[in-house]
Amino acid sequence: MNEFLRRLLFLPPQASAMAASVDALHYFVIGVTMFASALVGAVAWAFIVRYRRRTHVDQTVRVHATLAFEIPMIVGILSLFILWWVIGFRQFVRMETPPANALDVYVMAKQWMWKFSYSEGPSAVERLTVPAGRPVRLIMTSRDVIHSFYVPALRMKQDVIPGRYTTMWFNADKPGTYPIYCAEYCGVSHSRMRGELVVLSDEDYDAWLGGSEAQAVAERTAHPEASFDTNTDLPSRGRAVAVRRACFACHTDDGQRHIGPTWRGLYMSRVTLTDGRIMTADEAYLTKSMMEPRADIVAGYKPIMPTYHGILEEPETAALVEFIKTLRDGPPDPSVALPNVEAKAEP
Amino acid sequence: MSATSRPPIPFVSGPPKPTYANDEYSIRSWVLTTDHKRVGILFLVTTTLMLALGGTFAMILRLEHLTPDRTIVDALAYNRLFTLHGIVMVFLFLIPSIPAAFGNFLVPIMIGAKDVAFPRLNIASYYIYLLGAIVLLIAMQAGGLDTGWTFYTPYSVQTPAAVVPSLIGVFIVGWSSILTGLNFIVTIHTMRAKGLGWMRMPLFVWSIYGTSIIQVLATPVLGLTVALVALDHGLKWGLFDPARGGDPVLFQHLFWFYSHPAVYIMILPGMGVISEVVCTFCRKNPLSYKAIAYSSLGIAFVGFLTWGHHMFVAGLSTFDAGAFGILSMLVAVFSAIKVFTWVGTMYRGSIAFKTPLLYVFAFLFLFVFGGMTGVAVATTSLDVHWHDTYFVVAHFHFIMVGGSMTAFLAGLHYWFPKMTGKLYSERWGLLSASLVTAGFFVTFFPQFLLGNAGMPRRYYDYPPEYQTLHVISTVGSWVLALGLTITLTYLLWALKSGKRSGDNPWHSASYEWMTRSPPPKHNFDEEPVFPTDPYDYTETGGIAHHE
Repeated sequence: MNEFLRRLLFLPPQASAMAASVDALHYFVIGVTMFASALVGAVAWAFIVRYRRRTHVDQTVRVHATLAFEIPMIVGILSLFILWWVIGFRQFVRMETPPANALDVYVMAKQWMWKFSYSEGPSAVERLTVPAGRPVRLIMTSRDVIHSFYVPALRMKQDVIPGRYTTMWFNADKPGTYPIYCAEYCGVSHSRMRGELVVLSDEDYDAWLGGSEAQAVAERTAHPEASFDTNTDLPSRGRAVAVRRACFACHTDDGQRHIGPTWRGLYMSRVTLTDGRIMTADEAYLTKSMMEPRADIVAGYKPIMPTYHGILEEPETAALVEFIKTLRDGPPDPSVALPNVEAKAEP
Repeated sequence: MSATSRPPIPFVSGPPKPTYANDEYSIRSWVLTTDHKRVGILFLVTTTLMLALGGTFAMILRLEHLTPDRTIVDALAYNRLFTLHGIVMVFLFLIPSIPAAFGNFLVPIMIGAKDVAFPRLNIASYYIYLLGAIVLLIAMQAGGLDTGWTFYTPYSVQTPAAVVPSLIGVFIVGWSSILTGLNFIVTIHTMRAKGLGWMRMPLFVWSIYGTSIIQVLATPVLGLTVALVALDHGLKWGLFDPARGGDPVLFQHLFWFYSHPAVYIMILPGMGVISEVVCTFCRKNPLSYKAIAYSSLGIAFVGFLTWGHHMFVAGLSTFDAGAFGILSMLVAVFSAIKVFTWVGTMYRGSIAFKTPLLYVFAFLFLFVFGGMTGVAVATTSLDVHWHDTYFVVAHFHFIMVGGSMTAFLAGLHYWFPKMTGKLYSERWGLLSASLVTAGFFVTFFPQFLLGNAGMPRRYYDYPPEYQTLHVISTVGSWVLALGLTITLTYLLWALKSGKRSGDNPWHSASYEWMTRSPPPKHNFDEEPVFPTDPYDYTETGGIAHHE
């Protein structure tokens, strides 16, 4: 029954027990809503047919509602609404009260990405990894404007507000991957501010958490672009940084115009700025564009890029610049191997 | 009762007499008019243009959503379009449409007055509205406003768009709303015809009275709020910007303190229209006059105490969320009372299935669905999932389009003969009312399901699994637009070459029909007295004598 109604109403999978109980109330409320509106429509239609006008001079009798009719009606409707409120508010109180043993994860939102930091285990951008069947509390804040952390599969949402910390907790009991959306309008790439919630079984979670070298290596082999590996050359690391920092949400590396200018053919090109100045896109320009993006805006684009000052670490900046250099003409040449620099993998 | 107990209606026997519309033809006589009927017509024409403009933006938005990523516009243009759509529809169509157009035209006639209490203030209100609309449209167009109609801080403080000029536009439009509301309150208090007590006024007057109270009390808060945001944006005051020590959530409290009551500014007049239309076309007294009249006031007052239900996930305390939840349940009961009273009014009536009544039928179904989904989103735990998704979008479009716009169309058809003296084609009327209703349902019902599925609102680019429902919704919007275009076409045709309607084509007993259609310049040829009830369709009273 639950599964049938859930699919009928297009609800996403239920990743937690809370989601299932919210859905139960949902079926009740929406069922009554559909029934009531159909009933009102049907009764009105029946009256329209039954009491249709026969002549142009029909007279009618006065009919007045009596208090004996009105009072039970009002009390009945109000009781139904209050019943919903009682059930709903009890659920809400549970949603707002995290258990004491919850695992804390820090969430930092900014235009337009999510960053997750764990007390133990590696930080990550756009991917929140949690163990199945254990309460997790998110402690969230924003660097710029209001965002809203929304996981439809948990039926949970919480605004993330600059200048204060908000919390949200859940206990996801089914391993799997569920989308995370930003639900509060936050600017031009609001709809691309997405992530994923990865719920791992205890075993997998321990492996992930232990940062076990084997796991990390396996992941690196499977997704070479996903990690900042000090053993590869700088341009490849630059590409990995661009993926992890979501640069590709706005910039492309294949010449297509997007929210920001493409990186293809950018290095050492002559760019015209909104104020008419013409600059050469050298290393200084590229670095300044990351740290003070609104200082030199290319003509035809909006000053919307957030600053990466204090976010990108030195080696990451260097790797990005090197990566953009390889896009000067033609596809990146794998033979261009640069000497390794000391770099920390901490994003 | 003898026929002398009420003044005879001056039916069109004898030579044609001048009406408000043809006693003078010069442009000057229109633009400098102080006649409440002409001011009403000016508002009607302007707000209808705004409806067309806002509708055009909506059509582009729907077209964009045919495919997940770019279809016809880019992300920035999309964000500007939904801002334009929201602001034009809320501030320039929904809020002024029924009160300032129908309210201006009808309230003085319905209470037997020659005009509103402050006729010059009335035309000033129109020009203030027009000025505000022009400032708003130019600012939004030239400055690329992309904040949404809600202006949420700190985004609205930080965006490089032309926030300050747009807010000045909203501020100016707000003055028009306050002046119109003030005018109605004074008019209804002081200018009722001799012997016309409060409990015999047509119900539309009660709904306009409730609306006016909200306009006068709530709009100053909006003015204050937008002024503070403008100072934040322009002079970096930092009241709402945490980067300068401000509190962005304070803005939401102030904004919704106006904007939730504003929802009732948009729906209460529509409820008044429905009360009139249902009684006339069922030839029946309302099942309970007092229930409808008092619930209008109940909505006007309790509506001020529910703003927090827009903020359940915005960092409100748990206790506050519960309190705002239960207060929202209370305000919903007033609407439920009205719905049951309207349906009960049909019982044992003599129901003429004409275009306005078809709109009433659509209204009843759509408003119950929209209203009860409102109760659903006020249920705290359910709102956590639905907040800021398409479920909320569908809910308020059911109220604003399925409710207010449907009532606007019902009123437009019902009072078209009153305002023009002409009849439109009933066949085209019924056809387009069916198209509008069906198109509306196909457009917005899938959006409830999109919200259930987790689709956030204001998303330019959406995950591909949502595409089917978006395509259905977009196709529905074409049917809705077709219905509205047909409506505009046959009404304009009827204005030019429609059959003469006579003074009281619907055989209504309500007071606005106790004079000629269109009415003379001073509304009544003689001092009006209304000895009978406006909803008396019994054999002994009211309209019976005029048949």
